[in-house]
Amino acid sequence: MAYVLRLGDNALILGQRMIELVAAYPELEEELANANFALDYIGQARMLYTYAGELEGKGRSEDDMAYLRPEHEFKNLLLVEQPNGHFGDSCVRQVLFDTFYLRLLGALTGCSEQRLAEIAARAEKEVRYHLRHSAQWLIRLGDGTEESHDKAQQSLNDLWRYTGEMFVADKLDEAMMKEFDGPDLDTIATQWQKDVADIAEEATLALPDEQVMASGGKQGVHTEHFGYLVAEMQNLPRTYPGATW
Amino acid sequence: MSEQVWPLYEVFIRSRGGLSHRHAGSVHAADDQMALDHARDTYTRRSEGVSLWVVRSDTIVASDPAETAAFFEPAEDKIYRHPTFYEIPDGVENL
Repeated sequence: MAYVLRLGDNALILGQRMIELVAAYPELEEELANANFALDYIGQARMLYTYAGELEGKGRSEDDMAYLRPEHEFKNLLLVEQPNGHFGDSCVRQVLFDTFYLRLLGALTGCSEQRLAEIAARAEKEVRYHLRHSAQWLIRLGDGTEESHDKAQQSLNDLWRYTGEMFVADKLDEAMMKEFDGPDLDTIATQWQKDVADIAEEATLALPDEQVMASGGKQGVHTEHFGYLVAEMQNLPRTYPGATW
Repeated sequence: MSEQVWPLYEVFIRSRGGLSHRHAGSVHAADDQMALDHARDTYTRRSEGVSLWVVRSDTIVASDPAETAAFFEPAEDKIYRHPTFYEIPDGVENL
């Protein structure tokens, strides 16, 4: 249950971050793409939260999971909560996460937890397209003008330290792997390295050197930006409990 | 930020296998590949298609509205070009 909930947190928080950009894009077409993608992630979060609630068996709904849990109970990766910044920052964040997420979902599709495998199969199709789109943008930014290259490189350098914790398996990851034939994060790390290196090469970007990685997201210890995100997301349901439309 | 405007692309969608692509609308995009992405996100969100074509609008050669008369009117009084003068024998189906 905790594992499913954590997957839901990644999807919800990334979706929420992207929703912040709605109505802020300079081009209509890209605006639509972003909103579509954000809703895909939130749709995934809904499926995962609903399932997590059923597994828990205490009658908590998807809304209870999203809107009525305090900050430290969210176990999403630090990467997905990072602010949108400029277009290059968002773009790099999406690429770094989706390369990982796509591999993770791919592995989950083959796990023995049937319902989760089905959710993963559905999400995988969505994320495959997201990555295609974000990677195309990153290639254009990196291999574009001198300014766009430098900005994209800076974004990559800035966000790199949030990629480490994706591959550090904790008890939940290990249990998932052993009991349900779930993803092996070591394997995924190798695949991810190659995926990211391929995109970076085409984008003429250099991968940052090995460095100290930030972690804590999976344990509910978040970066300073996170409180604001949660506050904004939960403001309405907490102010008007049970509000409907 | 530059004020440069992205070029316009025309979007064609094949709604099912076997049907032809039909014009659906247009999108702006930075280049050809992105045009395909934008067309997908703009025009196929509700399962409208199974195949997409995009083409730069400025590469389409179009007939001139001022020449409508010369282009199309000569065909109007030539009804013999329509296959409506054949008698269909009884018993022919699927015609």
